[in-house]
Amino acid sequence: MRAVLTPGSLDEVFDLLERHPDAMPVAGGTDLLVRLRSQAGQDDRPLIPLADVKELHGISKDGTTLAIGAVTSFSRIIADPLIAEHAPLLAKAARTIGGPAIRNMATIGGNIRTASPAGDSLTPLYLLEAMIEIASQRGKRLLPIGEFIIGPGQTALCGGEIITRILLQPGGCFPCHCFEKTGRRRSMAIAVTSFAGMARLSGEGVIEEARFAWGSVAPTVLRIPALEKELAGSRLDDGTIRHAAQIVRESVTPISDIRATADYRRSIAGNLLARFLEGLRG
Amino acid sequence: MNDMTQPAIRKKSVHFTLNGSALNIETRADRRVIDLLREDLGLTGSKEGCGTGECGACTILVNGEAKLACLMLAVQLDGTRVETVEGLAQTPDGPLLQQAFVEEGAVQCGFCIPGMEMAATALLRDNDNPSRDAIREGLSGNLCRCTGYVKIVDAVERAARDIRCCREEQ
Ligand SMILES: Cc1cc2nc3c(=O)[nH]c(=O)nc-3n(C[C@H](O)[C@H](O)[C@H](O)COP(=O)(O)OP(=O)(O)OC[C@H]3O[C@@H](n4cnc5c(N)ncnc54)[C@H](O)[C@@H]3O)c2cc1C
Ligand code: FES
Ligand code: FES
Repeated sequence: MRAVLTPGSLDEVFDLLERHPDAMPVAGGTDLLVRLRSQAGQDDRPLIPLADVKELHGISKDGTTLAIGAVTSFSRIIADPLIAEHAPLLAKAARTIGGPAIRNMATIGGNIRTASPAGDSLTPLYLLEAMIEIASQRGKRLLPIGEFIIGPGQTALCGGEIITRILLQPGGCFPCHCFEKTGRRRSMAIAVTSFAGMARLSGEGVIEEARFAWGSVAPTVLRIPALEKELAGSRLDDGTIRHAAQIVRESVTPISDIRATADYRRSIAGNLLARFLEGLRG
Repeated sequence: MNDMTQPAIRKKSVHFTLNGSALNIETRADRRVIDLLREDLGLTGSKEGCGTGECGACTILVNGEAKLACLMLAVQLDGTRVETVEGLAQTPDGPLLQQAFVEEGAVQCGFCIPGMEMAATALLRDNDNPSRDAIREGLSGNLCRCTGYVKIVDAVERAARDIRCCREEQ
């Protein structure tokens, strides 16, 4: 039988993690409990539910940061006025996660810790240049999301640490933005490829600044800084768009799996960018 | 907080209200809510289809929000208000919803229906005049292998109409 340790405060979480280094935090349980079920009997490490830890819930803003508690569910993120104002791209992605019950349970911290190449909150968080706040009994540290996630399922978390908050810059979301996910079905399906894009235009059809990120086309979320730099100041004519899509197809390193072949993912990744850029022309 | 040295952490007493009645039970801390309901409490309305969050057959309401009983631990119910399909007939709108499922012929084998009705209940409490698209979205976490969904969407649309009608009469 597995022990379940139930902390009521963040200090108690840290204390439990120090005393039980093998214990696993559980937030919404939508990844962890599925995984434990598939390994039934082989693993009886204790669980530490985080749901009752108030400090880890909710969304707040002070002058220079928008903070999202790690245990905030995607339903809350979708309904939150601060997110709608300052990070609407994140809400767009959150709406595509699972079905309503999954969104009521699944948390943003769990999505980040799972570090799946298909994690739907990740592409927006890369574009919004989210900082991940990590804490343990020893103190706090902050890492950009791109440094926090190291590989599929792998993060920079060390023993005794949990994700406490996700920090964003208010106003960090550009006016034109989109999130797209291609999959077999509309809901409950793991993305075959996902794409988040955001752009600021200077005048008619000219990009001032743009950022793009792809999911499921590389071991972690992919951004192509050289392409973003090259497009800044470009006019969005057919040639530019075709060229940009070609660079994407050459940059991604997808795998073939039961959901799609690598070639299919490569071509979709280019098409998703082309579609976004065409949409910007109005 | 419980101390690890006490075996109590493996057994937990959990207080919650279930379909309106207060409950206080001793359970294994790692008991899944679906097992607690079906096996310990004998409430077999909630079904286990997949056990992995994919099918929605185990959908219950916790503090009014749709959740999946197959991915919850008993201890997570502590202090909450739980509703299952067994309590639906006693809620203000439950009978109209259930009647609509019957009258629209939305039930074939019936396995998915408790989950569908709980998901629909959460949807209708939020929005008493949902479009067909909003209904499909509200039920998007619930799979049905029999009906092809059209009649289920018809039933929820009809229930919404009946519930609005009933309110206006009052
Ligand atoms: C049917 C179904 C559909 C799904 N659809 C999607 C989808 O469309 N898109 C998508 O991206 N994902 C999807 N998922 C995956 C999953 O729901 C998400 O990844 C979710 O965000 C995980 O969050 P959680 O709170 O449930 O994590 P949990 O399962 O509680 O935890 C996941 C992992 O993170 C750790 N953890 C949790 N919180 C913290 C923290 N604060 N600090 C440190 N470690 C922590 C846990 O120990 C565990 O290792 C789906 C899952 C299911 C079952
Ligand atoms: S049994 Fe819970 S979702 Fe299928
Ligand atoms: S009626 Fe048989 S699964 Fe829906």
